Amino acid sequence: MSDLNISERQAGDVTVLDLNGKVTIGEGSVALRNAIRRLLGEGKNKILLNLASVGYIDSSGIGELVSSFTAVKKEGGTLKLLSLTQKIQDLLAITKLLTVFDTFDDEASALSSFN
Amino acid sequence: MHEIREISLASRLESVDEAAIAADEFGKKVGLPDEFIYAVDLAVRESVANAVKHGNKFDEAKPVEVTFADTGEVFEVTVRDYGSGFNPDDVPDPTDPENLLKANGRGILFMNSFMDSIEWGNADDGGLIVKMTKKRL
Repeated sequence: MSDLNISERQAGDVTVLDLNGKVTIGEGSVALRNAIRRLLGEGKNKILLNLASVGYIDSSGIGELVSSFTAVKKEGGTLKLLSLTQKIQDLLAITKLLTVFDTFDDEASALSSFN
Repeated sequence: MHEIREISLASRLESVDEAAIAADEFGKKVGLPDEFIYAVDLAVRESVANAVKHGNKFDEAKPVEVTFADTGEVFEVTVRDYGSGFNPDDVPDPTDPENLLKANGRGILFMNSFMDSIEWGNADDGGLIVKMTKKRL
């Protein structure tokens, strides 16, 4: 079983990726990178990452969130974060990335923010 | 009471997980609380990842040596590689606005944030020795 499982669903024109597992150096970070590349290749550039079931993230995983954010922005899209665990929130605070990402606690608010 | 465990790992990414698992096992053995183990786990992952990537540069002939030691008052982790050494002051501050959107460079920040102190030393026979400590009390 891979470190990170990613399932995709569509909510209007927003693509929600539900992440489950670890976003760490190696497999987990690569899986996220590939998923974002694939969506951008399909012209889907409004992306909401649901992190509720991400049990662990390291600096490589945080770096992958940043790379995803910049890759989507470069394509004229937007990437936002949903349901940060306390640990992820702490890491984003330490890295001052809470000032970069739009983050949401509930999905309805997150989805409406794209319009 | 002093407990020590030493492990030697190959210079590949899988070793990061192996080191973290060893840290978890050792932490549980010496009775560390979960939050403490999480902090150590993260610092160990970052340090071993640096040793594999930037120290030994994935050269599997060069090991990464990790030592966990617990005195009951202080928990200590030492990570040693056989690369060409390193000066942490050369790493740009990842929280500087101009570096915020860079993909890399946050590992040392995490190590500093989750451990109480870090000593960086260049070994006489080459390589970097990183000693990280965290008080238990």
